[in-house]
Amino acid sequence: MAIDGGPDLVQLLTPEGVLVAHPDYALTLDDEQWRQRYELLVMVRRLDTEATALQRHGELGLWAPCQGQEAAQVGAALATRPTERIFPTYREHGMAYTRGVDPVTLLGLFRGTTLGGWDPAEHGFSLYTIVIGDQTLHAVGYAMGAQRDRADEAVLVCFGDGASSQGDVAEAFVYAAVNDAPVVFFCQNNQWAISEPLERQTRIPLFKRAAGYGFPGVRVDGNDVLAVQAVVAAALERARGGGGPTLVEAFTYRMGAHTTSDDPTRYRTTAEGEAWRLKDPIERVRAHIVRSGIADTSYLAEVETRADALGEHMRSACRAMPDPQATSMFDHVYAAAHPVMDRERAWLADYLGGFADTGHSGPVGPAATAGAHAHAAFGGGH
Amino acid sequence: MGVLTMAKAINTGLQIAMRDDDHVLVMGEDVGRLGGVFRVTDGLQAQFGEERVIDTPLAESGIIGTAVGLAMRGYAPVCEIQFDGFIFPAFDQITTQVARLHLRSAGTLQMRIVIRVPSGGGIGAVEHHSESPEAYFAHSPGLRIVSPSTPADAFMMIRQAIAHPDPVLFLEPKRRYWQKGEVDTEAPLAPLHELFEARVLRRGHDATLLCWGPMVRTCLDAAEADSRDLEVIDARSLAPLDLPTIVESVTRTGRLIVVHEAPVTGGLGAEIAAQIGQECFYQLEAPVLRVGGFSVPYPPARIEEVYLPDLDRVLEAVDRAMAF
Repeated sequence: MAIDGGPDLVQLLTPEGVLVAHPDYALTLDDEQWRQRYELLVMVRRLDTEATALQRHGELGLWAPCQGQEAAQVGAALATRPTERIFPTYREHGMAYTRGVDPVTLLGLFRGTTLGGWDPAEHGFSLYTIVIGDQTLHAVGYAMGAQRDRADEAVLVCFGDGASSQGDVAEAFVYAAVNDAPVVFFCQNNQWAISEPLERQTRIPLFKRAAGYGFPGVRVDGNDVLAVQAVVAAALERARGGGGPTLVEAFTYRMGAHTTSDDPTRYRTTAEGEAWRLKDPIERVRAHIVRSGIADTSYLAEVETRADALGEHMRSACRAMPDPQATSMFDHVYAAAHPVMDRERAWLADYLGGFADTGHSGPVGPAATAGAHAHAAFGGGH
Repeated sequence: MGVLTMAKAINTGLQIAMRDDDHVLVMGEDVGRLGGVFRVTDGLQAQFGEERVIDTPLAESGIIGTAVGLAMRGYAPVCEIQFDGFIFPAFDQITTQVARLHLRSAGTLQMRIVIRVPSGGGIGAVEHHSESPEAYFAHSPGLRIVSPSTPADAFMMIRQAIAHPDPVLFLEPKRRYWQKGEVDTEAPLAPLHELFEARVLRRGHDATLLCWGPMVRTCLDAAEADSRDLEVIDARSLAPLDLPTIVESVTRTGRLIVVHEAPVTGGLGAEIAAQIGQECFYQLEAPVLRVGGFSVPYPPARIEEVYLPDLDRVLEAVDRAMAF
């Protein structure tokens, strides 16, 4: 089991909450900035815990927990400028929160009320991508667009240790390299791709793969919010200046299940979880700010109160989320008018309308799917 | 007016689109310095530079995936997939990303992407260079698919496809690249909705031949050679299909023969037959018949002429339709 990040690991805040110097990376925070980071980490964990609970109560069909990866996500998001685009996987709830996306908005995809949920332009945060690794190419293309726009900006794209095996990720590395695209590949190596450990994906540390493509790779302690921000910020700055891509491997751990449908006890040990718990990304920040007098117990309690409020907001807003109108499935499939959409939307509206006087909102059971309506407009000629 | 090959007509259409909109990019393997293996992008890099005419790495998923990101940023990439058989490495990006992002973003992201694919057989090529992959993509909601059959159509349709806000697969009948025809290169951009209109090329009342791309010439030749009065429709758009035009024709002729190069099993002809069977049930004098490739992998070039529908195969189907 992989617990130790090895000699190449960049770390600025130890698991014990002690600041350490690194020859290449430094980041100094004032007290307010420390408190901001602590609060972000706590809120993200609460967001994740609440969503997991909502799934257990049947309010969400699924949830992909980010517990254990809060520092990687918060640190990397803080390293970006608000105007710079982030391309997430489906687990970057911490990045979304840091960018100001309302956590309730994240729930729609998992509740089954939407296939997207937010406007990518509003917070510079792209839609979640479920097909593993596809977004890495989108990010490179977006960065190529930034080059053509002569924009002073870089792009941050997330993927995981499992995705590192995908062809699209390899292609994204190639396209970024030959174009010197201003993109930072942010790999959260959380050690597990559902049940498959890192050694099923690679024979060398992931960050070392960058060398084969001709750009730098760095391994950072993904549970160290300070180091992640410092390393990603340096990579983004390099990209903005025309230096091309960087691969940042955030060495972290998925403390929870892959998703709420998963049972990690079938493939990993309690001892491994316990070992990683000692590297918890939030505890080390708490230890540091308490020890250095940046926070007192009343401040910590205040943050807990705010987290409680977030939880309550998520619970009530999630339960209040309306199901979409049935015919909304036809909306936005195409940008311009389309005869098949018109035909099928009209048919479905008419068909569902036929149930109005029965008190049912729609067909019940398989027998109701064809029958007497089969010769109506659906599937017809016009 | 001028007489151009289809390849030159598309080239001219691309040039005009790039001239009129500096967000239009051309990208693909060998499209820049070489001008494409069929020379369809010849001269564009010299005219518009390497930033707008991009020689991509040899990775098709990468072509489409980066085009998605460019489209997200407001660019309008025109991607070339060098040969039909090489579109499959990009199948995931096309069907799970390009086709869905407008929907997933509730309309805030436009996937203004054109995917040009030299398609079909008949050029004596090696394996994977003669495919007709339209049915895979017609089955994927979110995409539009068109195929020109003449230089004039190719010139206007590529411009319409580039101007259109939805992603468009543009299937170029590669064996017709060198066919010449009159093209009005001064013509203004035609209305975009006309891109999806079928065209009745020859009126007749005995039976309707429905075809597209490379098979249009074949069907016109068959109709000319035959004593029966055959109607020929160029579908032009495969997704969406212009069903009203087809229905109107079949209502008059009572017989429909769909002709395509792709294997008949699960091909577009099956979808058209189902639709017309439903819409024209009482007008049909015969079942809708299909003439297409056999349900085998595209054969070696030395026997491709047996595989591809030709004049005789089309007329044999007309015989069968008339016998009902």
